[in-house]
Amino acid sequence: MTAVIEPTGMVRESETLGARIQHGLHRHPAIGPASVLVASVIAFSIANPRFLNSTNLSLLVQQVAVLATLAIGQTMIILTAGIDLSVGAAAILAQMVIAQTAANNHVPGVLAILLGIVVGALTGFLNGFLVTRIKLPPFIVTLGTLSIYTSIGLRYSNGQSVYASAMPKALIWTGNYVNIGPYQLTTGVILMLVLFAVTSYALTRTAWGRHVYATGDDPEAARLSGIKTDRVLLSVYLAAGVIFGLAAWILIGRVGVASTNNLTNANLDSITAVVIGGTSLFGGRGAVLGTLFGALIVQVFQSGISLAGVQSLYQVLAEGILVIVAVALDQWIRKVRR
Amino acid sequence: MSMDVDAASVNASRPGKPTMSGTPTLEARGLVKTFGHVVGLANVSLKLYAGEVLAIIGDNGAGKSTLIKCLSGALTPDEGEILLDGVKVVFKSPTDARLAGIETVFQTLAVAPALDIASNLYLGREIRSKGPLGTFFRKLDTRGMRESSKKQLSDLGIGTVQDITQKVETLSGGQRQAVAVARAAAFGSKVVILDEPTAALGVRESGQVLALIKRLRDRGMPVILISHNMPQVFEVADRIHIQRLGRCAGLITPQSHTMEEAVAIMTGATTLEVGAGDGASPGTADGSDGTA
Repeated sequence: MTAVIEPTGMVRESETLGARIQHGLHRHPAIGPASVLVASVIAFSIANPRFLNSTNLSLLVQQVAVLATLAIGQTMIILTAGIDLSVGAAAILAQMVIAQTAANNHVPGVLAILLGIVVGALTGFLNGFLVTRIKLPPFIVTLGTLSIYTSIGLRYSNGQSVYASAMPKALIWTGNYVNIGPYQLTTGVILMLVLFAVTSYALTRTAWGRHVYATGDDPEAARLSGIKTDRVLLSVYLAAGVIFGLAAWILIGRVGVASTNNLTNANLDSITAVVIGGTSLFGGRGAVLGTLFGALIVQVFQSGISLAGVQSLYQVLAEGILVIVAVALDQWIRKVRR
Repeated sequence: MSMDVDAASVNASRPGKPTMSGTPTLEARGLVKTFGHVVGLANVSLKLYAGEVLAIIGDNGAGKSTLIKCLSGALTPDEGEILLDGVKVVFKSPTDARLAGIETVFQTLAVAPALDIASNLYLGREIRSKGPLGTFFRKLDTRGMRESSKKQLSDLGIGTVQDITQKVETLSGGQRQAVAVARAAAFGSKVVILDEPTAALGVRESGQVLALIKRLRDRGMPVILISHNMPQVFEVADRIHIQRLGRCAGLITPQSHTMEEAVAIMTGATTLEVGAGDGASPGTADGSDGTA
């Protein structure tokens, strides 16, 4: 008798625990990626204690700055149930404009950076315009603009790279080191963190942020609640474009060379970071903070796997598994119903 | 020569209710709406008085939805006019109607499931913090909105919701509907329109929503209720407007007609003597004095 009763008791117990976890993740979407990040850091530091070395951790954060910044813009767009495949191409175009105008046209550094941000904003505006006015799906729009921005970038720069030696100081300012205790960050990393803080505030503490979530969650409900969803969408693509322009600046400081060969994987990597970060591809769910964790997870795997002496192809494999697990988890969380 | 059922005489039977004045809160005159060759509304008029529940019933395609979409600004009628407190109004969007004080709970349940209850109540009309935080940083008064949401829900007797920060998708259908109705009640200063509010609900949950409608009415808020459910309509409605084939086929009260008669009028099995041609003044069997 007891042998029969006990297992059922166990099942019920685990069900309530499962439901509790489900509810917790539902309410705080950043918990999932944060736990994965902590777990992977622990695992990789056991595999190789040098992982926790301040030099390694500093490098890791420096390396993630550009991708994480791009992923901020990507998060905002995915929150509206959209997607942006042109992220990397837009940043490269902005990067080439900043470098070329400063190095070849002798535009003052700060002005060149502003020009790059304006170009980033324009790429975002075009995406947003096509999505809201021509009513094309974001996937198609950005698949098209991916090629368009890439080719404009190539045509504009004639495929020629611009090196740091030819650039004004302002352009590579984002590569300047900032020492915090034993850790060596860059101003680019600080800028990235500031952008996370600002967008997180805008998304969670302002009416605009609520409208972004509502538009992605249920556009019809948002519209009937008096939200001008097209305007919200356009503002999101525009803001994301500005962020891509800033990412271009961080990229120049990080790499020290403006080249159209940079950021070749950024379009998909930014989506990976967002998805691992717990933001739902169906829109309306997620947090920009989760994306920071998501980008860090990708970088931690990259660094940790190479330090553990494992072939780097396993990093790609792990990334793929993480994406699928993250989306499966998202589906499970979305099932919360009473 | 109106022969409408006088709202005042109906309300007089409910003690403690103020007597209705002659000016309806909301009035539609001769609304016409066509979609190509399809006639959605063919000259429909209605009057809604403070503190009454006016039910609109009709078969599928009778023009119920078109009618309330015109009243709520989702559609603009081709002809006819809408008067709010006796003043002509033109709604170009649901926002226009909302700003004028008409709140509509659409059948599609316009709540954002991933947002919490308080965010949903204030969706599209968020309140900013006082001081520089709100002015310059556009910070929302999250706590204030949560507190007043809680108060609004408890004022309407929705006590089952304990946590105002709960996401709406974790609520039951009835609770979600209650949130949608509460939002309409909280912000609808003049009229609340409910489109099939109980269509997706169970018996107990429907009861909660009907109780909510009665409480709204008792506060003096006029309510338009669109429903297929005859027992529910006969339970809460003061007057019943029957739509048939884009026209008003009759205006009855739960006292003047039985459910079977209402259904018969709705389906065209019986016809009420309708004011010649215009359909604006449907006669009823009720012996009202017709001063409205």
